[in-house]
Amino acid sequence: MSLLELRAVEVAYGDLPALRGVSVAIEAGETLSVVGANGAGKTTMLRAISGLMRPRAGQILLDGERLDTLPSHAIVGRGVVQVPEGRKIFPSLTVLENLELGSYVAAAKARRRDGLEQVFTLFPRLKERERQAAGTMSGGEQQMLAIGRALMARPRLLMLDEPSLGLAPIIVTEIFRIIGEINRSGTTVLLVEQNTRQALALSRRGYVLENGRVVLEGTGAELLGNEHVKRAYLGM
Amino acid sequence: MTGGLLLQAVVSGLLLGGVYGLVASGLSLIFGVLRIINFAHGAVMMLAMYTTYWLFALAGVDPYLSVILTAPLFFALGVVIQKVVIEPNRSAAEHNQLLLTLGLALFFENLALVLWQGDFRTVRVAYSNASFMIGEALVEVPRLVASGGAVLMAVGLFAFLRLTDVGKALRALAEEPEGAALVGINVARIRAAAFGLGSACVAVAGALITPFFYVAPDVAESFNIMAFVVVVLGGMGNFMGALAGGFIVGLAESLGAAFLPGSLKQLVVFMIFVLVLLFRPQGLFGGSRDR
Ligand SMILES: Nc1ncnc2c1ncn2[C@@H]1O[C@H](COP(=O)(O)OP(=O)(O)OP(=O)(O)O)[C@@H](O)[C@H]1O
Ligand SMILES: [Mg+2]
Repeated sequence: MSLLELRAVEVAYGDLPALRGVSVAIEAGETLSVVGANGAGKTTMLRAISGLMRPRAGQILLDGERLDTLPSHAIVGRGVVQVPEGRKIFPSLTVLENLELGSYVAAAKARRRDGLEQVFTLFPRLKERERQAAGTMSGGEQQMLAIGRALMARPRLLMLDEPSLGLAPIIVTEIFRIIGEINRSGTTVLLVEQNTRQALALSRRGYVLENGRVVLEGTGAELLGNEHVKRAYLGM
Repeated sequence: MTGGLLLQAVVSGLLLGGVYGLVASGLSLIFGVLRIINFAHGAVMMLAMYTTYWLFALAGVDPYLSVILTAPLFFALGVVIQKVVIEPNRSAAEHNQLLLTLGLALFFENLALVLWQGDFRTVRVAYSNASFMIGEALVEVPRLVASGGAVLMAVGLFAFLRLTDVGKALRALAEEPEGAALVGINVARIRAAAFGLGSACVAVAGALITPFFYVAPDVAESFNIMAFVVVVLGGMGNFMGALAGGFIVGLAESLGAAFLPGSLKQLVVFMIFVLVLLFRPQGLFGGSRDR
């Protein structure tokens, strides 16, 4: 059984469909990428998984159990956590407070101290800036905080929505390296990216989303070699 | 003008300030988390004053002691208001939510009129007239207790917001609602807690002033307006700013009363209000991020 499965999920903003029957399966332990152009529906997909939007048709299953009927906080409680587009950290709260809130749900709260230690090992920068207001940090540091905050929730599935957006290439490389490390330590990763090359290189498998539909799926290497992907997403 | 008059005005202002600050802290918390202006805030205060009055009149409970009852009672009332009245209408347009709290205010005031008529009632306790002098200024003990108690409660609220997970969740929700949902905060529950805490604050303020303030159905209307001015001064949704704003408005009001003819005293407060709105709409203490 897949860890997470979307079955023919349809999501709309009012009458405007954003996902038109998307089926995606994520296996435990893998890194999976979803790539696609602006407006393809990537963020909408993650919002639906996190319970911020309700599908009007289809199902979302975690370990075979319905997830799409639960409120957002219960979904986090099940270990499905996202680093949202735009980060959505709490700007006037300190770095430490942001991380503490990452472990708000009971199971994670019990292991807050461990969590902090792990996050600070992964991102020593955050330790240095523990007492700083989160909103005063650089974009790269804020992205690290957003990832650290999500890790504090002890995710089984970590979803990242364009973590490389707006960051300098060297920081992007660093972030991708860390995502690889998180996956190797046992967390399943769902990576949404427009940075197609780096995302697919990191992933075991990938999906290409266009206009609210999955148009291609395959291993990372297959997709990187695909003619359509090369033309449309890699500028080759 | 004499130094004595000035000193008296400053003392009176400070004694008003704490109460204004607490009332406004509650309003600011509700605004910060829910993004609605709670026009029923004053009416909740009025209900708390009646509760204090009846506890005193029927059971002889000291007004200060009654706080132990009114605080949790009005926390619960706030939670119920949020869950039953506000939350179901969250997707409604903002002006409809304003009408909702306005409607609540009218409902509570008329309920009080029906139940207890329009008479002014007072709570006369042994210490109602207790006072002492600082230099040439008269300090009325019940006002001192009210202001001090209010500041204590406000400081307690701030500590709660800083130190506890629920407090941090309240601040997080005020800043970034979607981020709050995504870390696993039960946002509906925290919204209810915000309304509950805000109501508990104003209820305690109400209880604390009954030894020297009359109780009547429309008693809290002036507090409502004042609290709104204070919240704007302190920065909308800036909880700490609300307490400081309370003292500024308290001082402005009593200095205005001391040095300006009759009805002009309110003018000082509203002048400050308009100037702040014009030149520092983020409030006196707010950074640009505070909305
Ligand atoms: N709040 C909204 N209201 C109405 N339509 C929306 C809203 N958010 C997104 N959409 C529409 O839904 C579709 C999918 O948007 P979505 O944000 O999921 O795309 P995306 O793949 O994440 O794009 P990007 O790479 O630019 O982030 C788009 O057509 C978009 O215009
Ligand atoms: Mg997006």
